[in-house]
Amino acid sequence: MPPQTPSQTVGPFFSHALTPAGSRPGRIPGNRIADEAAPGVPIRIEGRLLDGVGDPVPDGMVEIWQADDEGVYGRIAEGFHGFGRAGTDPDGRFTFLTIKPGPVAPGMAPHASVAVFARGMLNHAFTRIYFSDEAVANAADPVLSSVEPTRRGTLVATRNDRDGIQSYEFTIRLQGDRESVFFDA
Amino acid sequence: MRAVERLATRDWSSHPTQHYPRYRSTELRAYKRRLVPLQPSLSELTGPVFGHVAVDASDSDLTRNAVRSGEVLGERIIVSGRVLDEGGRPVRETLVEVWQANSAGRYAHQADNHDAPLDPNFTGTGRALTDSEGRYRFTTIRPGAYPWRNHHNAWRPAHIHFSVFGTAFVQRLVTQMYFPGDPLLTLDPIFNSTSDLDARNRLVAKFSPDLTEPELALGFEFDIVLRGQAATPMES
Ligand SMILES: [Fe+2]
Repeated sequence: MPPQTPSQTVGPFFSHALTPAGSRPGRIPGNRIADEAAPGVPIRIEGRLLDGVGDPVPDGMVEIWQADDEGVYGRIAEGFHGFGRAGTDPDGRFTFLTIKPGPVAPGMAPHASVAVFARGMLNHAFTRIYFSDEAVANAADPVLSSVEPTRRGTLVATRNDRDGIQSYEFTIRLQGDRESVFFDA
Repeated sequence: MRAVERLATRDWSSHPTQHYPRYRSTELRAYKRRLVPLQPSLSELTGPVFGHVAVDASDSDLTRNAVRSGEVLGERIIVSGRVLDEGGRPVRETLVEVWQANSAGRYAHQADNHDAPLDPNFTGTGRALTDSEGRYRFTTIRPGAYPWRNHHNAWRPAHIHFSVFGTAFVQRLVTQMYFPGDPLLTLDPIFNSTSDLDARNRLVAKFSPDLTEPELALGFEFDIVLRGQAATPMES
């Protein structure tokens, strides 16, 4: 078996290549995972990426992979790709425009898979976004339940509608007292 | 839908230590708690597919894809290799993205303030899809070494950044390719953040007479192995 190629940091100088803010905007999805044509409930995820002392990480990148509104992965529909990518701004903020994913299987709460990259991160980190308005489903979710109760909250985005759009706030803390749960996924 | 059949965990003897004090930026950005084990589900075993709409042939020639007037400056090279899984099977039609400094060691990125010339004909960014054998191929120029502020007189060895997707979201890999014989390698904290020498050396491309093209460019071979083993593609 050939051995795995080691990870290396994304470094500070990737945004012009990987994120749509760069000079070669393109055909790789940016932070808009779904547009108006996509079936489902449109939502906005307002994120922040913070370091070990709570300072913003202004040169990070967050990627999301999610199911469609019926909980199906990889089904390309009009206006929906399932994958999105966003660079962080000087305040460490990132935004995704998408639709609320459906539950992937009975007993699983709706969620999105997340990968976090930044200068100073030698391996990217995997986390998940769950949704605060799914309390019943979250309580039954096997992955959330596997996390110690005091840390589960780091995986749950908080509903806070703005501008007439169903919105969620989600903070990723790379380190510190409230360090996000990262998975050995 | 495509999914991966068997997925070993990330091989932590090959990958870097997240908190590596010699690389100062890890100090406040490395997670300190143990990673939480996660039994792979469809959320991990599936992943995005980027077809030929995402990439066209010109995207993989960095000596041409940003030309405004004139030629890109530097030593032309060809970088090619296969994306494989741990079963040695090719990862087909997967997206490979690269970015790099120009021949003077400067990125076409607004935050790079190294006092070296920009090349107006070179952004140092490219994309390719692997073919049916998992092979990708870029034409570019050899990047220069560049200074950084990690420690006194710190210089990054010449490298090309790679981003690879694979089939499953958790096969995602971002890495860097280095050049053989570079004396800066032994001094570089990022390269040395992987403690295993064999693993580190897998990040160093091999000079390839076969990939070298007469009167045009030196060739370098760089294979990338992602975790997991592919299943036969499923239709749903
Ligand atoms: Fe670099």
